[in-house]
Amino acid sequence: MFGLDAFHLARIQFAFTVSFHIIFPAITIGLASYLAVLEGLWLKRKNPVYRSLYQFWSKIFAANFGMGVVSGLVMAYQFGTNWSGFSQFAGSITGTLLTYEVLTAFFLEAGFLGVMLFGWNRVGPGLHFFATCMVALGTIFSTFWILASNSWMQTPQGFSIHNGQVVPEDWFAVIFNPSFPYRLLHMSIAAFLSTAFFVGASAAWHLLRGNHSQTVRTMFSMSLWMAVIVTPIQAVVGDMHGLNTLKYQPAKIAAIEGHWENKPGEPTPLLLFGLPDMEQERTRFAIGIPALGSLILTHSLDKQVPALKSFAKEDRPPSAIVFWSFRMMAGLGMLMMLLGVISLWLRYRDKLYTSRPFLRFALCMGPSGLIAILAGWVTTEVGRQPWVVYNLMRTRDAVSAHSDLQMSISLGVFFLVYISVFGVGYSYMMRLIKKGPPPPEQFALDNADKPHSGLISSAKEPR
Amino acid sequence: MGIDLAVMWFFIIVFATLMYIVMDGFDLGIGILFPFVRDKHCRDVMVNSVAPVWDGNETWLVLGGAALFGAFPLAYAVIIDALTIPLSLMLIGLIFRGVAFEFRFNATPAHRPFWDKAFQGGSLLATFFQGVVVGAVISGFPVSGRQFIGGALDWLTPFNLFCGLGLVIAYALLGASWLIMKSEDPLQERMRRLTPWLLLALLVVMAIISLWTPLKHPAIASRWFTTPNIFFLLPVPGLVLLCSLAIWRTARSESYAHALPFVLTLGLIFLGFSGLGISIWPHIIPPDITLWDAASPSQSLGFMLIGALFIIPFILVYSFWSYYVFRGKVRHGEGYH
Repeated sequence: MFGLDAFHLARIQFAFTVSFHIIFPAITIGLASYLAVLEGLWLKRKNPVYRSLYQFWSKIFAANFGMGVVSGLVMAYQFGTNWSGFSQFAGSITGTLLTYEVLTAFFLEAGFLGVMLFGWNRVGPGLHFFATCMVALGTIFSTFWILASNSWMQTPQGFSIHNGQVVPEDWFAVIFNPSFPYRLLHMSIAAFLSTAFFVGASAAWHLLRGNHSQTVRTMFSMSLWMAVIVTPIQAVVGDMHGLNTLKYQPAKIAAIEGHWENKPGEPTPLLLFGLPDMEQERTRFAIGIPALGSLILTHSLDKQVPALKSFAKEDRPPSAIVFWSFRMMAGLGMLMMLLGVISLWLRYRDKLYTSRPFLRFALCMGPSGLIAILAGWVTTEVGRQPWVVYNLMRTRDAVSAHSDLQMSISLGVFFLVYISVFGVGYSYMMRLIKKGPPPPEQFALDNADKPHSGLISSAKEPR
Repeated sequence: MGIDLAVMWFFIIVFATLMYIVMDGFDLGIGILFPFVRDKHCRDVMVNSVAPVWDGNETWLVLGGAALFGAFPLAYAVIIDALTIPLSLMLIGLIFRGVAFEFRFNATPAHRPFWDKAFQGGSLLATFFQGVVVGAVISGFPVSGRQFIGGALDWLTPFNLFCGLGLVIAYALLGASWLIMKSEDPLQERMRRLTPWLLLALLVVMAIISLWTPLKHPAIASRWFTTPNIFFLLPVPGLVLLCSLAIWRTARSESYAHALPFVLTLGLIFLGFSGLGISIWPHIIPPDITLWDAASPSQSLGFMLIGALFIIPFILVYSFWSYYVFRGKVRHGEGYH
């Protein structure tokens, strides 16, 4: 297909399916915690606005969760179908961590999801809140294990190799490998932030359409507080993650920076623009700020950042991709911070809900978190190349021996199915968002002891 | 070391697979039964009877896959690689029917019939290819060194396709008996009339597979039909007949507890499945590779086992609790949505 061999088709299939998949868990992780917060606030303050927001977002959560489950199932089997070399080499670690993810996270989420979505009339409010919290906890556990697994592939330790198979020697070292804490923190925050921007954009859409109900305002305000407080934290965590990568995967940093060689005594510039060229071993049309690269990556003005030419040609990650994916992620991060700062100013001026340019800005930023997540993962995964397990196994040695034809058909089929099913799914999610939160009055109760009785009427409404 | 970790993991994987077959079996069965029920409200009841639990049911399949990956990486690499095509088709089936749960309710009226078809077709596709996978595992895989050396279409044999058909009927029976338990007339009545036919069909299929397998694989024949094994194994077909008689009676009459046909069907499926386990033991990649050859290092098996033994009981408790919360009949209009 298009002159690509089975190996490249398998890589494209993995990249494509995992990119589609990650969008769903990212929103699931964020929304689950958001729902837990909403329900907690509702139980504490008895304000029906929170209950209405819960009702609204739990429906979107359900649609999103279903798509996450089925697209994740594909991932769990794709290691075996397309990457059998990797599976038998590293399954003793990757498979084990995946098993822990299933045991501690997937079952927890799925087991309590039913009660959370459909159990309002069947369990008391306390137990219902417990179910929501368990689902949220499950999403966090899931993040923990899958990132431990991915981080081990980036910075492997705690193992030996016998008969062409990885043998784990020290599980603590395997799980808490050098890049894991940073990646875990960076991705968890990213999931929270992308959800906040997604929720904020939904509120902005309703505000722009003249729906100024308290529910919509609360939703907008909460998501902007997240943006204000969490975006700067993310910037700091991202910086720490970068320093960690510099220490353990210097070639990745060199590729991200499009930085080819160090001259004695010259600090590394930060390139703002450029077209890295792997053949010519230089970055064309480079526009940079002198010494800023050194300042950011070594926190000094004279130390140098490793250069691509100091790595063997066959060990260099494709700079042209990661150079731009990284800049996309960082650029979106700066826009998010800008949105947070403006929101503080508008809040102070009491124009948060009425400034149309700002509402439009917030609307446009709706997918920004998700795009930044994708760009970030492209950076870290492509930046690991040509290795599948860093310095241990090359991606080329990991692939199954399928024919070009079979891989072409399989890629084509998954492409069609994903685009149609998840494309339509997204359109349904948008429809749910456009419907807006139900009026909070229906959750306002005379009997505070039985807060869930208010739902009986709504549950019987036809959908 | 007194415990054989590889054997324990073999049993955990068999357990997960069994849990998957019985639990996702009935909710896939509901999709397979869609063509027999035209009424929109009845279909809503069918879907709502499993909507709160299907996610958890499907998780057993993920556990089976993940545990195979972690505990027997070689088996995972060889089997999944060899079965890429049927497994991909199964996954595509699961995608369509999985999203249909939510999409049926979220779709515009014009789209709804499409998602009904997706639910039905996806369930059928997923079940059929799961059956093909089971057949292919019985049939075995050619392996050289640590690589699968067969072709991409090796699974396409009459025996494997017949196993696919067999599983479709088995899941349909699970679905029908589940609905006897969870629904009221007219849906219940419809299922009561359907159940004996499905049961008969399943018995025929089981009989054919039971004859076909030993004929095709002399090793399996010698396991079953030599003394003393035959004396230990003889009760299996006897119990199958006993279970079937009981299902026949309890499904046709209102006077028994409505849960009985379902419970008995679970027993029947369990017996069929244990027959399969007896046939392939102790090979995890039949016919040559034993589970000890394919096992992960003991450091992995041991570490996973701690988690599994500690966590699986909790999983069983809260899964059971979830079923308990949603116990009783699902009535029309009571839509959980």
